Amino acid sequence: MTDKTDRAENEIDSGRRDFIGVAAGMTAAVVAPGVLLHTVAAAPRSEPVTSDVRWGLLVDTAKCADGCSACVEACNDENGLNLQTPPEGEPDRKWDAQKAVWIRKVKLQDNQTGRVTNLPMMCQHCEHPPCVDVCPTGASFKRADGIVMVDRHLCIGCRYCMMACPYKARSFIHQDTTDQLTSVPRGKGCVESCNLCVHRRDYGEASTACVDACAAEGHHAIVFGDLKDPNSAINQKLKEIPSRQIREDLQLNTGVRYSGV
Amino acid sequence: MKRIVYREWRISPQRYWSILGVLAAVIGIGALAFGYMEHQGHWVTGMNNSVVWGMPHVFAVLLIISASGALNIASIGTVFQKPIYKPLGRLSGLLAVAMLMGGLLVLVTDLGRPERLIVAMTTYNFSSIFAWNIFLYTGFMAITIAYLWTMADRQGGPFNRPVGILALVWRLALTTGTGSIFGFIVARQAFDAAILGPMFVAMSFAYGLAVFLLVLMFAFTEEGRPIGPLMFRRLKNLLALFVAIVLYFTLIYHLTNLYVEENAGFESWLLLKGGIYTFLFWVGWVLIGGLAPLGILYHPELSKEPRWIAAACALVIAGGFATMYVVIIGSQAFPIQMFPGQTVLESGFFDGIDGRAAPYWPTIPEVLLGLGGVGVAMLITAVGVRVLQFMPESLADNVVPPCEETLGRAEPESAPA
Repeated sequence: MTDKTDRAENEIDSGRRDFIGVAAGMTAAVVAPGVLLHTVAAAPRSEPVTSDVRWGLLVDTAKCADGCSACVEACNDENGLNLQTPPEGEPDRKWDAQKAVWIRKVKLQDNQTGRVTNLPMMCQHCEHPPCVDVCPTGASFKRADGIVMVDRHLCIGCRYCMMACPYKARSFIHQDTTDQLTSVPRGKGCVESCNLCVHRRDYGEASTACVDACAAEGHHAIVFGDLKDPNSAINQKLKEIPSRQIREDLQLNTGVRYSGV
Repeated sequence: MKRIVYREWRISPQRYWSILGVLAAVIGIGALAFGYMEHQGHWVTGMNNSVVWGMPHVFAVLLIISASGALNIASIGTVFQKPIYKPLGRLSGLLAVAMLMGGLLVLVTDLGRPERLIVAMTTYNFSSIFAWNIFLYTGFMAITIAYLWTMADRQGGPFNRPVGILALVWRLALTTGTGSIFGFIVARQAFDAAILGPMFVAMSFAYGLAVFLLVLMFAFTEEGRPIGPLMFRRLKNLLALFVAIVLYFTLIYHLTNLYVEENAGFESWLLLKGGIYTFLFWVGWVLIGGLAPLGILYHPELSKEPRWIAAACALVIAGGFATMYVVIIGSQAFPIQMFPGQTVLESGFFDGIDGRAAPYWPTIPEVLLGLGGVGVAMLITAVGVRVLQFMPESLADNVVPPCEETLGRAEPESAPA
């Protein structure tokens, strides 16, 4: 009785073994190329961000044209901000104050001389960002490559970073987001701001949407690049023309520099 | 002086339950407002990308600093050993816990992602004063409850003074921390001032005592418990002193700003051209919250009338509300000075075109949410005094411990006590 049972069990076991062997082999054959391919494709994104680079922008206000908003429109397209729609029944004036704006054009006039300057304002990607200091959860953070951004999973929507930012660079998402881009996930109740087109950085692309748009208009008022690379276009330009930081007195060492302000 | 007997609040059940009913309704409406704001998003509030903290924060900060101020009464009794304040200690502790709960609830229900509160409690960035405040607030609650135990339980007696000292130090840290939420902000002209920390402490003394006095007077009159003129005189003099200190800090804050040229633009806006903010500063902060109550509290006749003292307390609280509105919202409405010496002609993001202030007008849900927090504070207090012995049976002159101010004249023999 016991012998019979043992034999029967052994027979079943060997059958099972065979099946598992074949199944494993087939699975490996089907999945392996995919895994390898995936690994190859993901290479630039899987490398950790390093502090060997520091991304930044240089704005030459002499070249920034009055009335041109190409950079703003390009940013809105790139990050899906043009998909924002006002909640039903909200008056335009209120919506203007509540919708997310990552980059804006500002027109200034010197009180003394009357000289008019145009420039784009966005997150200045400070080396010592006040928004990162004040964030209670660490959702507001600075990447090793100098990009200051918000971890949308950690952000509790307290908006202290918006209180602390000297550049008014941040926006709070006041309403449900109905449409958004895969590369730029957005959600109600979180804070967001310019992240120097971080998805482009992760794919190793050369520039940002605002810079491309400005160049396409023929203005070339914004230069993007690595502030740590002495040979980068931005560093060459910084050596050539005088530039400064907005609110230099705060000594935040911004990654965005302006010329002619 | 007799032995102080503490008793539950024994007003008629009908009266008590109707009070609870009203408070529950206020809280219920506040909860509905929270649900609405959470579901719709903050677009239903007046808050925007320029004025990011609005009416809920005015309520929350007022409640939180009043909470720490309310505990002051207990501290004066225990730490500074003024016997006449000792019978008031328990109610002072209860009010402190209740108002802190109310304020914190408003604060967390206004978050963009309130469901992520657990993130705020598990992930900390210790360079943020907000993260520190989470510990300061919960610690305050725990210490105050322990403090109440030392006051009410015989076994806790020996720990009364050490816990009282800890509670005093803690509350000073807490209010300084709350003031520093604003004081540490370099970005905005009205903030970035170390004086905001101590100014908030001074404000907490005044608002906390005003709330305490009103609650005490209401609870005592409802049940017919007596408060003697001696106690009234002591408390109203203390309130007047605190109100004067707030005015002093206000004066120094603005004088400093006026002296420093870079802040002159902000001062001329707030003091003269700021519309609603100018009005609230002069009429609310200075007149209603400062000069008017001072006038009443130091008036030779009016200051003896409990009704007028109650009116002065109400004025201090109303003034405190205006003060918080100016400090929190006015300071955000004034445009950030990014380009000194330049005028903003055009901007795609409300950068203060021609120096104009940012728009903000509170909406009903925000106000209801804030009132809900006040309701929570009052409900906790009402339940607390009903079920536990928080209030002395009498504060009549022949019951309360001797007042050292009058010892020399009235009761010289009891001086050593």
